[in-house]
Amino acid sequence: MFKKMPVVPAGCSAEPVSKTSFLPMHKKLTLAVTGALFIACAGSSFGAAPPTDKVDTTHLAVTDTEVTVGQLHSSTGTMAISETGAIEAEKLAIGQINAMGGVLGRKIKLIQEDGASDWPTFAEKAKKLLEENHVAAIFGCWTSASRKAVLPVLERDNGLLYYPTFYEGLEQSKNVVYTGQEATQQVFAGLDWVAKTKNAKTFYLIGSDYIWPRTTMKLARKYIETVLHGSVVGEEYAALGSTDFGSTINKIRLKKPDVIYAAVVGGSNVSWFKQLKAAGITGKDHTLLTLSVTEDEANGIGGENLVGFYSAMKYFQSLDTPRNKEFVKQFKAKWGADAPIGDVTQAGYEGPWIWKAAVEKAGSFDTDKVAKAEESGQISFDAPEGMVYLEPNHHLKTRLRIGEWRTDGQADIVYTSDYIMPNPFPTGY
Amino acid sequence: MNAFYTKWMGGKKGAIELAVLAVFIFVVMPLWLDIFRLNLVGKYLTYAFAAVGLVMVWGYGGILSLGQGVFFGIGGYCMAMFLKLEASDPVSTAHQTTPGIPDFMDWNQITHLPLFWEPFHSLIFSLAAVILVPVALAYVISTAMFKRRVGGVYFSIITQAIAAILTILVVGQQGLTGGINGITDLKTIHGWNINTDSAKYILYFLNGVLLLAVIMLCRFLLSSKFGRLLLAMRDKEDRVRFSGYDVANFKIFTFSVGAAISAIGGAMFTLQVGFMSPSLIGIVPSIEMVIFAAIGGRISLVGAVYGTLLVNYGKSAFSESFPSLWLLLMGALFIGVVMLFPNGLAGLYDVYFKKWVEQLAIRLKKVFPLEKLKPVKAEINHEQ
Repeated sequence: MFKKMPVVPAGCSAEPVSKTSFLPMHKKLTLAVTGALFIACAGSSFGAAPPTDKVDTTHLAVTDTEVTVGQLHSSTGTMAISETGAIEAEKLAIGQINAMGGVLGRKIKLIQEDGASDWPTFAEKAKKLLEENHVAAIFGCWTSASRKAVLPVLERDNGLLYYPTFYEGLEQSKNVVYTGQEATQQVFAGLDWVAKTKNAKTFYLIGSDYIWPRTTMKLARKYIETVLHGSVVGEEYAALGSTDFGSTINKIRLKKPDVIYAAVVGGSNVSWFKQLKAAGITGKDHTLLTLSVTEDEANGIGGENLVGFYSAMKYFQSLDTPRNKEFVKQFKAKWGADAPIGDVTQAGYEGPWIWKAAVEKAGSFDTDKVAKAEESGQISFDAPEGMVYLEPNHHLKTRLRIGEWRTDGQADIVYTSDYIMPNPFPTGY
Repeated sequence: MNAFYTKWMGGKKGAIELAVLAVFIFVVMPLWLDIFRLNLVGKYLTYAFAAVGLVMVWGYGGILSLGQGVFFGIGGYCMAMFLKLEASDPVSTAHQTTPGIPDFMDWNQITHLPLFWEPFHSLIFSLAAVILVPVALAYVISTAMFKRRVGGVYFSIITQAIAAILTILVVGQQGLTGGINGITDLKTIHGWNINTDSAKYILYFLNGVLLLAVIMLCRFLLSSKFGRLLLAMRDKEDRVRFSGYDVANFKIFTFSVGAAISAIGGAMFTLQVGFMSPSLIGIVPSIEMVIFAAIGGRISLVGAVYGTLLVNYGKSAFSESFPSLWLLLMGALFIGVVMLFPNGLAGLYDVYFKKWVEQLAIRLKKVFPLEKLKPVKAEINHEQ
């Protein structure tokens, strides 16, 4: 983002000193905007050309040589820091698919929109992509709130969304493919592991106060009590953005749980781990398993505050397979050696590939046909995390891994589960 | 008829302004734009309510409210609560632990509908609440402040604090309010689907009619004795007080009117966008609303509408063309307008276009003599 910055002064500093100079600048901007609209319109009107008839019967932005897709993440606002990884990964995947010849012989053209960390804006931009640009698919959203804002738009306009974040489940739509893990895929196997290896009986649950931690902890509590026969000695939710964990840490000291089970997100995460360290709760003598720290967060929290703690994710950058090493190399070559690759970044990378596989199976870009292909149970992808399989419920069958954090902000993978079937609507919880 | 013309429409100048705005909203926009863009303009026009309210409160009343989003949001939430209850019938929520309550309550382990949600089953109650709840809140806030003669920048800070408090409250009490996600997935009013294209057209026109009605109501208020007192208070509050008027009561009334106007915008927002989110009640949107009014020209009711449209059009256009640096362009637009045209678009009009338009009007009059519609009084006012 910052690399592009110099463009602004050049285009816009048209010396707003005299009153007359305002008009030319204004005209230029209008021209630029009209130009962009014109190109977009032109792109969609070719969609009806005969050779494209077979692969597009619903007037999507598909030409003989090109297919247009949208990308909808926050590149500004509070979520920008989290969503950047997914933006980069999706672009990398699209670039690679184009280098291989595209999808159904058509190069992918990307229209990027900014959700600006604002849910109504997400809905507006999704609508714009679908109704004005007629994109064949959208790769985007990060928070549950943005996905929930976009979902009615997708269902109304019959669009496709590839959503990369691990999330709370309780949702399944024909129009969405969830490439991140839903709650049961992240919770149960991790709890099994910690109960077995650490012989844990008592758990202290803490999360940020919104839908994902709430749902996750609801599942975790039930699983701990009925399957593991352990007990929950505390359950707490911190307001989003909260930075004071003093009282929580005191309670943890008092209750001495075997495991601190955490899902604290965003800026709170940094305070949470720093204050834990300051209070003397470290990986040396305490077991902490978190669901919300990937390499991206570790970068902000600092490895020294995390060392010895565990994360439950489906992917870690340190994964030692030839496929992953190749991916890490490609990612760093494109986005810089310092760019961390977290779980969601990798899940973002899967989105365009899954879409490509589904379109090729369907032999069409039409939403209904692609969705049907996605529900066939025959879509899979050799991802950096290993083979993933798209199940008929629009979620991926994947493995869960436990990583132990090192001081350098990378994790050692200490456990890999078997494949876990996605189950967005668990019964009995 | 004559009183209506001079008081509600604002005389010849006002009538022309209203006519131009009406043509712009009802003819130009629908003919020029497709339904998607028109729906966007409809969304922008809901913000225009808040901006018009600010022209009354800030431009004429001299009370800078940095919490207009609060009233916009409450209006929107009242509407959203009704729609959410209708969308959460036991059949479509059958997979929940407790069917028949909104989905966000279910995942917050709430097992029965909270008491204050019950009345929102009624559309009439909800529509009344859209206006009355924000007005009641505005009344309490402004009474507490103005009766104690707290004003100026202190009042602005209080309104901003209230915006922050309400956001925290809504986000924190997610079992009752939907939290950070807001109230989403709204579908029907008494079975009428608000997401169809035809519904969007109807809501857009309804929105436009309401906006013009609100502007006319403001004109009427400003043309009365109340309006003159308001101006007097803004420019020399003590003199008005020493003349024997209870300044606080006039301010409370103005502030409450501004709140009611914003709330109507909020309710229309919910209907047209299909959900309500706490991101619309916080400090940032509240300040944005002040910017809309400032860009439009803070003492021009009609200007506020154009200001809102311009800023939001800029936001959409810039962010579509330059997804990662559009904020800088918006900043440049604000700085440019404030530096070059301190009185906003209305000031720009006065300086550059007024003479031209007036000449055109004179020429038109020669072609179409409309002597009947030319009240003598208004002409005299105009000369002054």
